[in-house]
Amino acid sequence: MRSESARLQSARIGGLAGSNARMKSRLYRLVIYLLLIATSICFLIPFAWLVLSAFKTSDEIFVYPPVWWPKHWEWGNFYQALTTLPFARYALNTIIIAGLNVIGNVLSCSLVAYGFARFRFPGRRILFIVLLTTMMVPSQVLLVPQFIMFHDIGWTNSILPLTVPAFFGSAFYVFLLRQFLMTIPLELEEAATIDGAGSLRIFFEIILPLIKPALVAVAVFAFQGAWNDFLSPLIYLNDPSKFTLQLGLTQFQGTYKTEWNLIMAASVVVMLPMLVIFFLAQKYFIEGITMTGTKG
Amino acid sequence: MKMRQREALLGYAYISPWLIGFICLTLGPFIASFILGFTQYDLLNAPKFIGFQNYIHAVTDPDFWQSLYVTFYYAIFSVPLDLAVALVLAILLNQKAKFMRMFRTIFYLPAVLPPVATAILWNWILNPQYGILNRFLAVLHLPQPQWLITPQWTVPSFIVMSVWGVGTWMVTFLAGLQDVPVSLYEAAIIDGATLWKKFWYVTLPMISPVLFFNLVMGIIGAFSFFTQAFVMGSGYGGQGAGVNNAGLFYALNLYIQGFTELNMGYASALAWILFLIVLLLTLLVFKSSALWVYYGGEKE
Repeated sequence: MRSESARLQSARIGGLAGSNARMKSRLYRLVIYLLLIATSICFLIPFAWLVLSAFKTSDEIFVYPPVWWPKHWEWGNFYQALTTLPFARYALNTIIIAGLNVIGNVLSCSLVAYGFARFRFPGRRILFIVLLTTMMVPSQVLLVPQFIMFHDIGWTNSILPLTVPAFFGSAFYVFLLRQFLMTIPLELEEAATIDGAGSLRIFFEIILPLIKPALVAVAVFAFQGAWNDFLSPLIYLNDPSKFTLQLGLTQFQGTYKTEWNLIMAASVVVMLPMLVIFFLAQKYFIEGITMTGTKG
Repeated sequence: MKMRQREALLGYAYISPWLIGFICLTLGPFIASFILGFTQYDLLNAPKFIGFQNYIHAVTDPDFWQSLYVTFYYAIFSVPLDLAVALVLAILLNQKAKFMRMFRTIFYLPAVLPPVATAILWNWILNPQYGILNRFLAVLHLPQPQWLITPQWTVPSFIVMSVWGVGTWMVTFLAGLQDVPVSLYEAAIIDGATLWKKFWYVTLPMISPVLFFNLVMGIIGAFSFFTQAFVMGSGYGGQGAGVNNAGLFYALNLYIQGFTELNMGYASALAWILFLIVLLLTLLVFKSSALWVYYGGEKE
C-alpha cells in the first residue's frame, strides 16, 4: 500500500517530465529505425540490381539511362546461362569438394580440440599458441611451396589438394571447438571413465553429442569456405571438367564479357545455395563467430 | 606416473592430425618458402641458388612498388572505414527494438556469399554507363566517376565495395556490445552522461578487445586480398590488373609471378616480404594495444 501511494505521488510530481522523457525515447527509437531502414535499403539495392538485371533482355540491359524493372521478364537467361557451360558438372564437383571438407574438418578438428581440452601433456600450452599463431599467417605465404609439393606427388589437376588438407584440422575450427569444450563440465566423462569406457568411446558417445551446436557451426563454415574458395581451385585445377562453380563463373564471365544479363543470371545461381544455407543456419554462423571473435 | 604418461600419449594421439598437418602443410612450406626465395625455379628445371637476386629484383621492380602502393592505399582506407561502419551497425542493432534479427540478416548476408559472384556483381554496379551507382549519383547531381576504368578511381572502387561486406565484423562487434554489463550504462546515466560520452567512456573501452582482434584480422585480410582483385579484371576490359596496373594488389602480383610467369623462386621471396610486412604491422598493433585495449575481465 505504501509503495503504491508513493508511486502515485511521484507520478503526480514528475508527470510532465515523464511524458517528456517518453516523447524523447520515442523520438530516439524513431531515429534508430530510420537509420536502420536507410542502411538496409543501401545493403539490399545490390541484390535488387542483381536479380532485376538477371531478368532483362540483352537490349534492355544496355538502355541509357538504366531502368529498374524489366519490361518483360526473360526467364530464358537462366536457361541459356546454365546450358552453355556445364554448370551441373561444376555444381557436382563443388558439392563433392565441399562435402569432403565438411567431413574432414568436423572429424579432425573435433579430435584435435578434444585432445587440447581434456588431456594434459608436455608442450600443450605452447602447441596451442602455435596453433593460434598459424591463423595469422597469410595463406599466400605458403601457397608456392604447397603447390610445388602437391605438384611433385602428382596431385595437381585433381581434387586431392582441395580436400585432403581438411582431414588435418584447421586452426580456426579447432579453436572454436576447444572453446566450446571448455564450457562443458567433466562429470559425464568422469562417470563414464569409472564405468570403464575408453577415451575413444567417450569421445564418440559423450563428447560429440554434447558439442553438436559447435560441430554444426564448423560444418557450415567449412562448407562456406570450400564453396566460396577461388584461389585453390584456380591454382590446382586445369581440366574444365573438374572446375568448381566459382571457376566456372569466372570462365563464364570471360566468355560472355558484356552480356551482363546472362552473367547476372549465372551469379544468382552460384549464390543461391549459399543463400539457402545462410537462412537455414544463420544461428550457427553467428554463434560460431561470437565464440571465437570475442572470447579470444 | 603411468597414468600421466598414458594421458600424455593419448593427448598427442588426439592432436596428431593437426600436428602432422602443421608440420607438412604449414611449417614445412613456411621454411621451404624461405629457401626457395633464394633460388630460381620454374617447376621444370631444378632450383638454382641465386643468393639475394630475387629480393634485389623485387626492390627494383616497379610492379612490386605499385602492388605495395595499391595494397597500402586499400588497407589504410578500407580497414578503418569498414570497422567504423561495422561498429555503427552493431550499435544500431544493439538497441532494444523489434525486427533486429531481420536487420542483422540483411547486413550480414553479403559477407557470406561467394566473393567471385559479389565481385562480378560489383563490376556491373560500377559500370560507368549502365551501372546503378552512377545512375544514383546522376539523380543526386553528384559527379559520376569512371570507377574501374580510370586508374585514380580503381582502388576507391574496391574500398566502396568492401563496405558491403562488413557483416562478419559487425557480428563480432555486436557480440562484444552484448557482453558490456548494463550496470556500467546505468552508472553513466546517473552521472548524467550524454550519448556521446557513454559511447566514448563506456562502449569503446569495453569493446576495445574486439576492435583489436578485428584490426589485426583486417590488416591480414587486406594484404591477402586476392579474389575480387582477380575477378575485377574484366571490369577493366579484360586487362589483368587494371589500367596502368591500378588494381595490382600484392597478392595478385604474387599470383601472376608465381603461377602465370612460373617464377616460383621470386614468388616465394615476395611471399616472405608479405609475411614480414604483416608480422611487423601485427606487432605494431600488439605493442600499441597496451595504450588503448582494455581487458576488464583479465584482472582476476
